[in-house]
This record gives sequence, structure tokens and C-alpha cells, in this order.
Amino acid sequence: MGKFIRLKKGFTINLAGKAAPKVVETEQPETFVIKPTDFYGTYMPKPVVKEGDTVKAGTPLFHDKKHEQVLYTAPVSGEIVEIKRGEKRKLLEIKILADKKVEYASFNKYSVSDIANLPVAELKNQLLSSGVWPMIVQRPFGVVADPSVTPKAIHISAFDTHPLAPDYAVLYKGQDQFFQVGVDILKRLTSGAVHVNTHSTSEISTVFSQVKGAEVNKFSGPHPAGCVGVQIHHLDPINKGQVVWTISPAGVIQIGKLFLNGIYDASKLVAVVGSEVKNPQYYKTYTGASVKKFIEGNLTQDHVRVISGNPLTGTAIGKDGHLGFFDQQISVLPEGDYSEFIGWITPGERKLSFHRAIGLFSFLSPGKERVVDTNTHGEPRAFVQTGIFEQVTPMDVLPTYLLKSILAEDIDEMEALGIYEVIEEDLALCEFVDVSKHKVQEILREGIELIQHS
Amino acid sequence: MEFLKHQIEKIKPHFEKGGKWEKHYYSFEALETFLFAPATTNGIKGSQIRDAIDLKRLMMTVIIAMVPCLLFGIWNVGHQHFLATGQAAAGFGDKIWVGIVQVLPIVIVSYGVGLGIEFVFATFRRHPVNEGFLVTGMLIPLVMPPDIPLWQVGLATAFAVIIGKEAFGGTGMNVMNVALTARAFLYFAYPTDISGSVWTYLGDAKAVAGYSGATPLSIAADAATTTGVDVVTKLNEFGAGWNEGVFSFSNMFMGIMPGCIGETSTLMCLIGALILIATGAGSWKVIVSVFVGAYAMGLLLNVIGGNAFVEMPAHYHLVIGGLAFGAVFMATDPVTASQTETGKWIYGILIGVFTVLIRVFNPAYPEGIMLAILLMNVFAPLIDYFVVSANKKRRLQRATV
Repeated sequence: MGKFIRLKKGFTINLAGKAAPKVVETEQPETFVIKPTDFYGTYMPKPVVKEGDTVKAGTPLFHDKKHEQVLYTAPVSGEIVEIKRGEKRKLLEIKILADKKVEYASFNKYSVSDIANLPVAELKNQLLSSGVWPMIVQRPFGVVADPSVTPKAIHISAFDTHPLAPDYAVLYKGQDQFFQVGVDILKRLTSGAVHVNTHSTSEISTVFSQVKGAEVNKFSGPHPAGCVGVQIHHLDPINKGQVVWTISPAGVIQIGKLFLNGIYDASKLVAVVGSEVKNPQYYKTYTGASVKKFIEGNLTQDHVRVISGNPLTGTAIGKDGHLGFFDQQISVLPEGDYSEFIGWITPGERKLSFHRAIGLFSFLSPGKERVVDTNTHGEPRAFVQTGIFEQVTPMDVLPTYLLKSILAEDIDEMEALGIYEVIEEDLALCEFVDVSKHKVQEILREGIELIQHS
Repeated sequence: MEFLKHQIEKIKPHFEKGGKWEKHYYSFEALETFLFAPATTNGIKGSQIRDAIDLKRLMMTVIIAMVPCLLFGIWNVGHQHFLATGQAAAGFGDKIWVGIVQVLPIVIVSYGVGLGIEFVFATFRRHPVNEGFLVTGMLIPLVMPPDIPLWQVGLATAFAVIIGKEAFGGTGMNVMNVALTARAFLYFAYPTDISGSVWTYLGDAKAVAGYSGATPLSIAADAATTTGVDVVTKLNEFGAGWNEGVFSFSNMFMGIMPGCIGETSTLMCLIGALILIATGAGSWKVIVSVFVGAYAMGLLLNVIGGNAFVEMPAHYHLVIGGLAFGAVFMATDPVTASQTETGKWIYGILIGVFTVLIRVFNPAYPEGIMLAILLMNVFAPLIDYFVVSANKKRRLQRATV
């Protein structure tokens, strides 16, 4: 019953080092970290634990002053070893030294038939107190969902087109039952439909294709077809004053497990990928894991950048950093801090480019996997070339004008140009292809912050 | 390379904050990044990888697209020189040599003056030197007559860069095309110097009997005021005795005729257009729509009729004057053109239409393309305004339905 939407614009960045469909169980990392900075829309996170406390998986770590009922809980059991604060005592990290075996805080357990009759208030209560709630992201703005709002629809993107993205068929294999229950619960929270948006060309996992009670839509086309913001734009766009929720399949499955098993199960599969990884594959771990165990001895060289998330929207975390809350991918790329003799003109089939300017031949072999480093390949300049952002934005949005209105801090203009419809990941490709090397995602977030606090 | 890099690293501290040449940091940086693409990496958050393109490469692509026009122009300057002085038997090498001697100083003056001003502004305004002038510096010589005094080239370049660009904030901020501003400056400041025999370099030699410096546009404009003549016959008759068939259609398409250094040959401009379109450096929408606009307007005038110029076959408009060069290299300037995709069609078509209108109905300014592009440069933001408004309106309507 869902729609089939063909997208043409965009660019799939084809990098070397994709994960082999192999799941490896290794010894779990020692430390896990929850970073309040991963959650947009929080403005004064307050810890409810002290250093030295012991916690179970599902024990609250902190909450935010804005929505105090939303609890952010521990992904694993263990001891709080560090509460890191930054400037003005801003809460940055809560670090847990994990137990060998995870102990779970217990929540109410229901059978499938019970769930159908549970009042919405009780559903929400369980979601809020367990720590699953922050998986629900609210549009506009990409912030933690406001529990007092009923969204007009809930969207789940069931595929990822980012560079080196994990394959959802591997990631969510065998989770059919939990996903179904998760969708059933989400359906109770919205006045509209739950959309499960799948990719038309890849084989769709039964997790998504067999789901009942949801609109299963199909999308085709290059990246950013997998970005949920782009999907919403084509299915049921967000207008001023409207609210839509988005959630990853991982979040839906966590909801299912919470209600069926009565625990906050933060376990996840993480793809460790990138050209500098010896064995790119999947590892089983928990939210917030230290990445050290997965990359130690698994790198082909030492001068690398370790990224939590994908190379387009991720965060560089260093070799002993920790996985971000929403991330299910660790990308390792060569660091690009080298200068190149007349590098602005040297031709190279090796150099990946969306453009076809003199000396850039990568468009001749689009199917080839490439090694790309973190060099900026040029210096920041004023906007000069036009029409490029439009070629990688499959939405009726004019990115250059939107960005300029943000730079001018013109709130009415931002609103009229559609800032409610986009967050960073939707325009991340613009940042990649930009000739003038603007920090598109940073500018966009500044605009979103501005419009929220005006 | 290692040696060069080492030397640069050694003198770099002098230019950094606290160094003795701190003021000249941006000049130093411009040269350094020209030699070595910088080692900067992407930030902690956001895109960790970037496309291999940068502004330098993009500008270089445009310059390469201009090379056919430049090379042909150099030969043509020599060729026309020998034709006009009655030495039609001169060899290929001689023609190239005359061309180089005449054209190279103009290129050097244009780059020298323009880049000099760019560096001065970068130093005083404390911003990096932008690559925009790399293209402008080549465009200016190509739209200059071969016999132009060098001081005029320098003055026009200085005017264009200071008033046309830097006054607005530099590359990316200017309203009007910088190279055309230079040309328009000469056109209005020294009208007598940029007409007559300036289109052919004669040098010390004496012109042949029957020589005339008339251009196809001036012949057509003359024909318009006399009755009972036909522009095509007039053009074909021109040059009898010293340069037979110079203004025949095929000859004008090839560009073997007097005129500005780089803009006589429609063929070379089309080769440039192919390079721009294939590399994506220039908008094909603008190029195509200028030609379409000019041709359609020409056809419309043929239907209406009136005088000989109005009735000139529409396809002649595409090969005379600087229409092809303007369409390919001037109208496509992304900064001064319309910036929305729909806007580019409107912008291009109107340039074509206005070019023909100005040519035909305003004999005082026969070179219509220059004025048409400058005019549309000014109107491009207005076109974009309407296109953007339409986008906003669609969004609003969606909300109320």
C-alpha cells in the first residue's frame, strides 16, 4: 500500500572497506560512555548519579531540565567511574566501567496481546523511564522527541545510503518479532501512519517487508535516498507547526525488547569499516562502547582518523573514543594532513569527485571503490559555483538560499525556505561537493538553534 | 619538491602573526597554496571527507576552455595583419609571431594589473587572495581589439577590478561580470579609440587599397538606413580585392575576420562550450538559452520586417559580433548569472533577445551582447527573487491545503 518514489538527484560515495556480512563476538570493551552532547534539543542535562555509584542497564544517568520525564539510562551495568564536565560545568560524558556480565534493571513485561490494550500513558511511561525514549527524534530540528506531543506520522528509514553504511539485513537479522511489536507500540503514539521506508534495489529483509500495520514505502536512487528527512519530504512533508517523529530500526527493536522482555537492551551490532581496517566486519556490543577493542590490531596503518558514525555526518573520536548514542558504524579513514605539490591541478583517477573538472576522472568509473582521506582538498572561499547543491539535494529546497538566509540570521526567510524540513544529514552531501568548502552542516545547525531560541 | 617545501617552511614564520612580514601573510599564503595544496583536514564534526575539487581547479578548467579561442586569436591577428597590408602570401610562422607580439603584452598587462590589485586588496582587507581573477585576467585580453594601447588595457582592468569587483567585496560578491565591465569602460570612456581600424593590427605597414575597418555589425547597421539593399549581399561583397569573402557566413563561423582577439571564431567558442559543459564548469542551460533566445528573436524580426538589418537571416546573428563568446564565457559566470536553475533559462533567453534587439534597433551601440549581458547581470537577482518566491509559495500552499 505504500508509495514507490524514484529519486534521481544525489551521489553515492563509494568507499573502500565495506563490512563483510560477518558478525564477530569478541570480548566486550571495558568502558562505556553516554554523551549528553549526542542529543540535540537538551539544554541543561543534570546527572542523577555520582562517581562511584553502581548502575544496572536501564538505571537513569541523567535527565534534561527541558523534559525531566525523559530519562537517559545506562546501556550496561557497572560502576560510574567518571563524570566529565567542560566549560561552565557543561556535562560532557558519563563513563561506566562495565561488569563482565550485564545486569538489567527490570521493567514491566507484557505479552503481545497485553500491549494492544495498554493505555497510551502507560506505554509512554515505560518508554520514558527505561531510556529507550531518546531514540525517538523529532522533526523539525532533529531533537529528542517531546513526550507531550502527538506527531502526525512516524517515519522509519529501513536502509542507509551513507558511505560505508552497514547493511540493515545483517544488522537486524532475526529481530522480526521485536520490530513488529515496536511498530505496534509506535502506532499508538501517532495520529497518523507509521512509515517503513525501504530501498527498492537491495533485497529487503523480512524484518521490514513482513511488518504489519505500517505503510511500507519503497525508494530508489542514490544517497541521500536513505535519509529520513528526504523520505518525509516526498511522503508527507513537514509544514510549519507540524511535528513528525523519526526513529531508526534499532530504536524500534529496543522498544519491542523493552515490552516483551522487560529490559532496556542497548546491545547492537556495529560495523567497523573503512579503507584502513584490516577486517571490516560487524561486532556485537552495546551503545556507547569504547572503540579501542575493535580497532586495536585491526588497522593497516597508524595515521588514521577514527570516526563514530559515517564519514559524511560522523564525529572524529580518536582511537580510544567511544561510540555515539545513535551510531552503529565506526569508520577508519587515512588522515589527510599532507600537502601536495600543485595538488589543485594534478590529475588523478584516484581522487574522488562529484565534479568532472579538469583532471578529475573519478566520474568515469563510478562503480569503483575509493580510498578517501580527510584532507579538505582546497581552502574556504565565498560561494562561487552555483547549481551544484541542487544536484545532490533530491528535495524541493534551495540549499544555497537557505544557507545564506542562515548566515544572514533572517529567521522569516529560513522558515519560508524550508528549514523545518532538513537536518544536517539531509544536506551533508552539499558539504562534500562544495567547491568553496563551506561547513554546511555546522551552518545549518546554527540556523536550527537560532530558530528554536527565537 | 622536498627542497622547495623546506624553503617555504623556513620562511613561513616571518609571515605569521608576530613575524616581520606579518602584513603580507595572505600574499604569502596565496603563493604557498599555489605551490602546495594545503595540509588542512576536515573538522571533528560534520563531513570528514571532501570532494577533490576546489576553486583553483574550477577556474583552471575555465581557462583551459578558453585556450582554443586564444590560440586561434593569436593566429588570426597575424593573418588579418598580413591580409590588410597586402602580404597574403606570408607564412604560418610569421602570422603566429605577429600575433604573439601583439597579444602577449595585452595578456601580461591584464594579469599584472589585475593580480596586483587583488594582492593589494587582500593585504589591506586581510582576506585570502581569491582565484576569480585567473579567469577574468584571460577574458579581458580576449575581448580587446588587437591594436588597443596597453595603457588602456591596464586602466580598464584596474577600473573593472576595483569598481566592478573589490568595491562589492571581491570574488563571489560582484554584481556585474568583471571582464565585461573592463570592456564597457573602454567602450564608453574611449569610444573613438575602440572603433574604426582598431580591429586589425596594421603596425607600421600601409593598408592595401580598398581596405576598410568596417565590421559586420556596422555594415548591417549601415544597410538598415539605406533602402533597397540586402545585408547578406553587402557582407558578401565586402573585402573585394584584398580579403575576398571575409564576411561570408562560413568564414564568419570559422572566425577568420577582423575583430576582438578571442571572440571572432564561433567554432572555437563552441569548442570552449563543449569543454565547459563536459566538465560542468559552465552551465549548459545558460549557453543554450542565449543562442536560442538570439535565434528566436532574429526569426521574429524576420517575420515582422522593416529594414535590411531586421530582415537579415536569423542565423547570421549567431556568428557576427561577440555573441558566441559572450554566451559561452561571459554569460556563464556563475557569480553574476542567475543562480537558480529555472532562473538560468530566463536569464539566458533574455540575453539572447536583448542582444539582437540592441543590435538592430540601437545602431549607436552595435555590440549588443556586451550590453545585454551587463543588463541581465543587474536583473539576475530579480529573476532569482521570483524563482525563490515560487519555491516559498509552493511550500506555503502545501501547508494550507
